[in-house]
Amino acid sequence: MRSARFSDSTFRTVLYLGGIAVSVLLIAIFFSLLLSSRPALAANGFRFLTGTEWNPVTGSFHALPFVVGTLLTSLIALVIATILSIALSILMGEYFRTGPFASVMRTAVELLAGIPSVVYGFIGVFFLVPAMRSVQILLGAPPFGVGMLTAAVLLAFMILPYSASIGREMISLVPADLKEAALSLGATPSETIWRVTLPYARSGMMGGILLSLGRALGETMAVTMVIGNANDLSLNPLGPGNTMASLIANEFSEAAGTVYLASLIEIALLLFVISTLINIAGKIVVNRMAQGG
Amino acid sequence: MKLSRISVIALILSLAAGLGFSQSVELVGAGATFPAPIYSKLFDQYAKEFGVKVNYQAIGSGGGQSQLKNKTVDFGATDVVMTEKDLAGAPAPILHIPTVAGAVVITYNLPGNPELKLTGDVVADVFLGKVKKWNDSRITDLNPSVKLPGTAITVVHRSDGSGTTGVFSDYLSKVSDEWKQKVGTGTALSWPAGVGAKGNPGVAGLVKQLPGGFGYVELIYALQNSMPFAQMKNKSGNWIKASLASTSAAANVAVPDDVTKLSTTNSDAPDGYPIASFTWLILYKEQNYDNRPQAKVQAMLKMISWMIHDGQKYAEPLSYAVLPAAVVAKADAVIKSVTFNGKPLM
Repeated sequence: MRSARFSDSTFRTVLYLGGIAVSVLLIAIFFSLLLSSRPALAANGFRFLTGTEWNPVTGSFHALPFVVGTLLTSLIALVIATILSIALSILMGEYFRTGPFASVMRTAVELLAGIPSVVYGFIGVFFLVPAMRSVQILLGAPPFGVGMLTAAVLLAFMILPYSASIGREMISLVPADLKEAALSLGATPSETIWRVTLPYARSGMMGGILLSLGRALGETMAVTMVIGNANDLSLNPLGPGNTMASLIANEFSEAAGTVYLASLIEIALLLFVISTLINIAGKIVVNRMAQGG
Repeated sequence: MKLSRISVIALILSLAAGLGFSQSVELVGAGATFPAPIYSKLFDQYAKEFGVKVNYQAIGSGGGQSQLKNKTVDFGATDVVMTEKDLAGAPAPILHIPTVAGAVVITYNLPGNPELKLTGDVVADVFLGKVKKWNDSRITDLNPSVKLPGTAITVVHRSDGSGTTGVFSDYLSKVSDEWKQKVGTGTALSWPAGVGAKGNPGVAGLVKQLPGGFGYVELIYALQNSMPFAQMKNKSGNWIKASLASTSAAANVAVPDDVTKLSTTNSDAPDGYPIASFTWLILYKEQNYDNRPQAKVQAMLKMISWMIHDGQKYAEPLSYAVLPAAVVAKADAVIKSVTFNGKPLM
């Protein structure tokens, strides 16, 4: 009996320590980024967030083109991925829950998450870029092939598994009696899905979508291979751009000079802050949905 | 109990053995990626002949410079000479020793892979975004016998910091005042036009894929990927095709005592290819710091000396250009000026 009590409180202590360690780690990351970027914070000031030039030769560093690039590619990717993942979730959660086809689909979607980022980059370079080039020629745009839309489409496939798997779980958890009640009241199957199933699973699916947005914001290797790496502010998805993660991956190893290095770390800090803010905002949305639905 | 005791003894023995075996000299270097293949071959060969092992990490010229500043490596490697500001910020005076030479070529993607002739100012204006189409009069004037299409030129540059960019922008700053003003020289630039790709292979690959692509790569990559590259007009007015011979020839000018001041881009040499440059090893002038053993310093200097003399024979098979004799002589003088406690070692 004494040993049972001893192990119980030890167990609890270990759990608390684990939780505290993770929170401390997060705060430590933030402060280490903040401290390392001090020379840049002093040299660049607030114009860092609004200026559009990134010039390592003159020492003029500004983050706006990369923030816009990150948000634009992530949002386009999120729209594409959400549409696809809702469709997949309904398919796997409602129609094909069991059976060989169901398990093949489920495995295929989950395997998408396991493909390394670099491999996605290669697929993008060899298949997606030429395809995008033909689209650009059709539309009369400069036939780069690489660009923000290419990166967004690639990202959409990379982040799809996160929202699709969670969405499938949420939809399969909708109580059968709710759906049967709707059907017995005369609703068609599609009306049942739109009016009953999806609203019920809404908050859980939103959580999955948030997870995939987090992945999209930070994705580096695949994006840097297909985005065209043009450090200018551009809202044209058919043209090249650059994201914060891709910029850091490209320029960090050769960056010589205190302010240059510190500015790159300041970009990392900015990415960290933006990701955290979007996650917090998303959590608020999820909670509100859970309360309302 | 017995197993844990045995494993502790085994651990201590292996640690002791490891310490014991580290009696042979091992050097650590880091830096430029451009010469990484030839350095890999040279260090491997040197270890076979003389037993001195060198661990070289190709992390980029900037990385080599900062690792040397932090004194975590014995020597650094850089494609571009360190700037006055960087040298002033280092804890002690740093010397540069040239090892091999390389060239940057302009490669492009046109139907039929014609061989084009280009001048520095035209290249600068393409990269500035001022010359936008292949059939622009400035390009057709230089290439009357080539049928150039009316398609747009798609500029491809480096997205990562690189010594290749440093050499190329140094050349463009010399031949175009507008480039010097607007963009300048550096390993990472604010490019006015075009898309970026990572590494020499990235630029080569993207130009190969993009119809109308126009980019710059090291000569080796163009040769190995069978890509066409342009003949350039050098300062003396001669049309030179980049080759190992014309790269070495670019240094056939009066070599100043401070070899770092010898810039071979746009050099006066009549047979020289205009976008050629050396790659350098960097080390501290005074080698007695952080309790370095004198034997290690001597081994390092002997190795560097071997690299610029006997080691040069390994350069050409790997498509690197050798140092001309006058440059080797000045490099020898630099090696002789390295001191240990104020006294020269070689």
